[in-house]
Amino acid sequence: MERLSAEPDLLVLGAGPAGVGAALAGAACGLDTLIVDEAAESGGQIYRSLHPGLRLRSGADLGPDARVGDVQRRWLAENPVRRAFGRRVWSVDAALRVDAMGRDGPETWRPHALVVATGTTERIVPFPGWTLPGVIGLAAATILLKSQQVLPGERTVVAGCGPLLVAVAFNILKAGGNVAAVIDLSGPADWLAALPGLALRPGLALRGLGWARAVRSAGVPTLFRHGIHAVRGAAGALEVEVAPVSAARGWMTGGTLRRFAADGLVVGHGLTPAIEVTRLLRARHVFRPAWGGWVPECDAEGRASIPHLYVAGDGAGIAGAVPAYLHGRLAGLAAARDLGQPEAASLRWERAALRRALFRSVRAGRAVAAMMALRPGHVAGIPAETVVCRCEDVTRADIEAAVAAGAREMNQVKAWTRCGMGPCQGRMCGEVVAELVAAHVGGREAAGSFTGRAPLRPISLGALTGEFSYSDIPIPQSAPL
Amino acid sequence: MSGYDVAVIGAGVMGCSTALFLARGGMRVVLLDRGMLSREASGVNAGTLTMNMTRAALIPYALRGWEMWTQAAGWLGHSAGVLVTDGLSLAFTDAEAALLEARAQARQQAGAPIALITPAQARAIEPGLAETVCLAAHCPIDGYATAYVTGRAFRAALVEAGVEIREQCPVRGLAPAAGGYAVRAGGDALLARRIVLAGGVWIEEMLGWLDLAIPIKVLVNQLIVTERMRPVMRTVLSIANGLLSLKQFANGTVLVGGGWQGVGDRTRGGVAAIPENLIGNLRLARWVIPALAEARILRIWLGLESEVADAMPMLGPIPGHPGAFVIGTAHSGYTSGPFMGRLLAQVMLGQEPELPLFPPDRLLAGSFSRGEVAA
Repeated sequence: MERLSAEPDLLVLGAGPAGVGAALAGAACGLDTLIVDEAAESGGQIYRSLHPGLRLRSGADLGPDARVGDVQRRWLAENPVRRAFGRRVWSVDAALRVDAMGRDGPETWRPHALVVATGTTERIVPFPGWTLPGVIGLAAATILLKSQQVLPGERTVVAGCGPLLVAVAFNILKAGGNVAAVIDLSGPADWLAALPGLALRPGLALRGLGWARAVRSAGVPTLFRHGIHAVRGAAGALEVEVAPVSAARGWMTGGTLRRFAADGLVVGHGLTPAIEVTRLLRARHVFRPAWGGWVPECDAEGRASIPHLYVAGDGAGIAGAVPAYLHGRLAGLAAARDLGQPEAASLRWERAALRRALFRSVRAGRAVAAMMALRPGHVAGIPAETVVCRCEDVTRADIEAAVAAGAREMNQVKAWTRCGMGPCQGRMCGEVVAELVAAHVGGREAAGSFTGRAPLRPISLGALTGEFSYSDIPIPQSAPL
Repeated sequence: MSGYDVAVIGAGVMGCSTALFLARGGMRVVLLDRGMLSREASGVNAGTLTMNMTRAALIPYALRGWEMWTQAAGWLGHSAGVLVTDGLSLAFTDAEAALLEARAQARQQAGAPIALITPAQARAIEPGLAETVCLAAHCPIDGYATAYVTGRAFRAALVEAGVEIREQCPVRGLAPAAGGYAVRAGGDALLARRIVLAGGVWIEEMLGWLDLAIPIKVLVNQLIVTERMRPVMRTVLSIANGLLSLKQFANGTVLVGGGWQGVGDRTRGGVAAIPENLIGNLRLARWVIPALAEARILRIWLGLESEVADAMPMLGPIPGHPGAFVIGTAHSGYTSGPFMGRLLAQVMLGQEPELPLFPPDRLLAGSFSRGEVAA
C-alpha cells in the first residue's frame, strides 16, 4: 500500500538508544517508521558519532560507546526506517501532529503513534561564577570530546556527581588534556550504597573502576564529598575554589577551602528527564526524585496517559543507555500492537524477554541515578546573590523575594521575576527554582512546574513565515467597533 | 463562621481593583481565586493600552483606565511596568483604508485623540514600518503594561488595604444566607453580605450558581513572544480591523497578538496554537515590521477572553439577587479594568459612579432565568 510520507505509522522523536530501539522494533512489526533527531546522525548523547566530515587522527579512539553507536547506525541503515536528522522539532499537538524546522524549511508529520525518546537535560546547581566563560556542563564536555575530540580546556577541573565525572576525566586525559582535580560530591559511602545495584551490571561497574584507576595513576587528585564553592577570574585563567560538603551536600561549617588554577571547569549535578514534549501535551506526570525528577506517568511498555503516545528511555526515568534501548524496543512493539499490527510469535517472546531484562538493568541504572539525585543541602547552599536563571539574570534572592511577596508556585514566580522566560525556557533553571520554591510551599508537587509551551526550541520567524504576499494572510473577521 | 462585607470571586484585574477600592472604602473584603492572582487573562494578555483597538462606546472608560495604568505608582502604589508611547493603526488596502477612516472617526467622536496621517508621517513616527502602508491612524497616548506583573502590583496593594486574599481556593457554589450569601470555598463556607462575580470567561458558570443563564463566548487568543532582538520598533501597532497587536518591550522581546484563535475552552484553558493561525499572525506582524524576519520565536501561549451577545461589558447589580454584582466581559478589558473596578466599588459604597454602568439585565431581557422557569 502506498503511504503518504507525511503520515507515518510511527514517529520516533529522538535517536539515542531508546529511539533507535523503538524505531527498529516498529519497523520489525511492519510499521512505516520515521525517526527524527536534532543531530546530524543517530546516537543521542551517549553513542554520539564524530561530527560529519571529521576524521580521527591516527591512533585516536572514541571508545566502546562510539562503536555501539556505529552498530546502531548500521542497523538503522539496513532496516526500513526512514530517517529525518538535522530537524528541530518545535511543536507536537494533541492530534500528535509534529512540526519541525530543517535546513530546507518547515516540515509537518502526522503519525498514528509517537514515541518520545528525548533523553535528559543536565542539571547544574548554581554557584558563584558558574556563568563565566570556561565553565561548561559535564554533558557538554562529552559532546565536545565525542563529536570533535575538542578539549574543554588545557587544564580542567572536573566536578559534580555520578558516573559521568570519572568518564569525562578519563576521556580528557585520553584525548591529551590535563585534569587539575576531580571534585566528587559523593563520598566512598555513597558509592558503596550504590554497589548492590551496580553489581547487576558488572561490566559497567568494572569499566568505571578502570577509568577511576587510570585517572588516579595519572596523578589527578580526587576530592570526595567536595563541591565547587566559587569560581573567579576570567576566560583562560580561572580560580576554582572547592569546599567539603555533608552527606546532604550542604557546606560543612569551618570546612577548609582549596583552590585550583585551571582554564576550564566541567561541572554537572546529575540528569533530569527531558519532559518538554509530554508537558506540552498535558500528559500526566509524577514526581519521582530517584528517577531524576518529574516523569511522565507510563506503564511498563512506555504507554503514557494519552492514547498512542509512548515515552521510552531516560526521558521516562533515568536508568542509562542499555535499559533505554530495551525500553525503546518495548515501546515500539507496544505501539505496533496498539495500532492493530499482528504480533509474530517471535516478537511476543521478545517482549517477555525484554521486560525481564529491562527489570534487571533498570535496577542497576536507578542505583546510579540515586547518586545523581538532588539532595536538600545542595540547593540550600546557593548564596543569595548567585544567578539562578542565566537567561534572564535572576538571582536566588529575586526568586525568594517573589515567594515572600506571595508567588507560591512556579508560574507565578516566573511571571514576577522573568525566571525561566529566556531562550532555554527554564530547561537550565527549572529544577533549581522548583527546589527553592518547594522549600517554602511544602514540596515539589505544591511548587508545580513551568507550563509547557511551544515552541520546544526557538525557531526563526523568517523561516516559519517563508515567502508570502499580503493577500496570502488569512486575516480574520473584524473585531467589533 | 466568619463574616465579610464582600466576597469577590475571581482575582483578575477586574476583581482585584474592585476588592481594592471596596477595602479602601472601609469594607471587609475577601478575594477568592481558584488559581493564583491574575494568572489567567489579566496576566497573560498582550498588555496593550490602546484607543485604536477599543470599541468606540468604551473609549471614555478606556481613557480613564489608561490614565490609571499610567499613574499606577500613585493610586496603586506599585508599578505595572507601564510605558506610554505612540499607537498606530494601519491600512494596507483601499478597503482597509475605508474601514480605518470610519473607525478612527467613531473613536474620535467618543473622545479618543486619534488623527489620520499619511504613510510618510507614519514612517516618521515608526521608521521600521513597511513601505506598503497606505494610511494610518495615530494616537499619541497609547502604550502598554507588562501584563505578567499585574498580580504582583495588585497583591502588594491589596495586602496593604487589608483585603484577605485566598488563592488556589476554588469556589464551588453560593447559597442565600441570613443577610447575604454563603460562599462554598475550599472546605469552608464563608458568609458575605455582598458578592462580586469577577471570573472572566467563568462568569457563565458563576451566574449558574444564582440560576441565571447568560451565555459567554470564550475567545482563545493566541500570543507569541520573540527572543530579545535589536530595536526594530518603538510604537504600539495594530491594523484597521483590530486583528494585530505588536510591540517591542524595553528588554528587546517583541510581543505579537491581536486575537487570532487557538484551541482551548473554559474547562481545559488554552490548549494549543493552530499552526495556520500562528503563521498567519506572524506573517501579518512581519508584513508590518519587515525586520521581524530576523526574530526567533520563543514562546506561544493562549489567553481566554470573554464576550457576551452584544460584546459589551457586564458591570453592575445582578437583577433579582440583592447584594450580588457582576464585573467583566469588557472588550479591551485590561485597559479599562482598573476603572471598571473603581466604578463598581463606587456603586457598592453608595456613591455616584463617574460613568454609567453596564447592567446585565439587558442580557436576560426577553428570556427567562432558570430560576423563573423553575418557579
